[in-house]
Amino acid sequence: MTHVLAAGTNTDSIAVESVFWILAVLAVAAALAMILVPRAVQCALMLAVVMLCLATMYAMQGAPFLAFVQIIVYTGAVLMLFLFVLMLIGISSADSIVETIKGQRQAAGLAAIGLFILLTLGIGHAALGPATLSAAAGGPNNLTGIATLIFTTYVFPFEVTGALLITAAVGAMVLAHRERATPRPTQRELAARRLASGHLAPDPSPGVYALHDSADRPALLPDGTTSEVSVSSVLSPRDPADERRFVPPEETLEITAESGEWEPSPSGKADS
Amino acid sequence: MSPVHYVALSVILFVIGAVGVLVRRNAIVVFMCIELMLNACNLAFVAFARMRGNLDGQVIAFFVMVVAAAEVVVGLAILMAVYRARRSASVDDANLLKY
Repeated sequence: MTHVLAAGTNTDSIAVESVFWILAVLAVAAALAMILVPRAVQCALMLAVVMLCLATMYAMQGAPFLAFVQIIVYTGAVLMLFLFVLMLIGISSADSIVETIKGQRQAAGLAAIGLFILLTLGIGHAALGPATLSAAAGGPNNLTGIATLIFTTYVFPFEVTGALLITAAVGAMVLAHRERATPRPTQRELAARRLASGHLAPDPSPGVYALHDSADRPALLPDGTTSEVSVSSVLSPRDPADERRFVPPEETLEITAESGEWEPSPSGKADS
Repeated sequence: MSPVHYVALSVILFVIGAVGVLVRRNAIVVFMCIELMLNACNLAFVAFARMRGNLDGQVIAFFVMVVAAAEVVVGLAILMAVYRARRSASVDDANLLKY
């Protein structure tokens, strides 16, 4: 295997060839599955498969540095960022099947065929020769060679890339920042609201007097009814297909404060 | 394997990514398809570097990876902002600028 990965340059042994075909079929199958599976998390996993296949191919082509960057930066960092945002945005957000634009799929298929023909013709007309990467460039001196190029010929693009990364980081922070629409209620205002609500005592604990001793069960009140406010809004049973039923506690606070009558937030901590 | 095989594979992956961008509606999946297209380009760059016998193509592929990382960061932040405003990650729901 090390021979396969280190070959990169010259000999087309049977091992290299078989590894290429296995990886190529695997990558194309994973890419096809990526655009066919409905759920976004499965797409991310398929993309990971494609990226790992490509990383191995980089190593086979005498680019060990790029292979490791691909695994560490792409599969490690970028894809985990994707999964992170997926978990934030809603894991159950499957694609809708309905076409909003008439004939979009057919048009996309035609465009894909056209693009494929165009690219294939371009490659066919290009003079693609055999591999000529020298052993020095693809071997253990690969990293040194890339570093020399980056810090001599490509030093200006490298600096610009650094500026781009800083701008991207600042931009992401600006975009992800959320301004408070209303000023944060002070403790005095919260106390006044609680007094006005006529519900001075703390909220009942969930499930303490109910049949089940679990935090998602409403408490059984002395008069025999259950108290919905005893269950945290985060834990309240919700349909996983309908994400809109989940209202963060902060928004509950604003809505009830607007409507004039203050109801204690189910979690009991209004300022959280 | 000759670089032609790798370039052909990169063409196939690029076209698949383009189809994904065109037909998928979840914005995150669209982003992943763009990543697939960038990866296909990188594969072609590495194959060309091997064919030409120098390392310039590998350096360009490295730059593509860096730019792609920056693009993903900003794009996902935009997605988060859109999701907060519209409660949806579908590209069809962000239509306030239509007409």
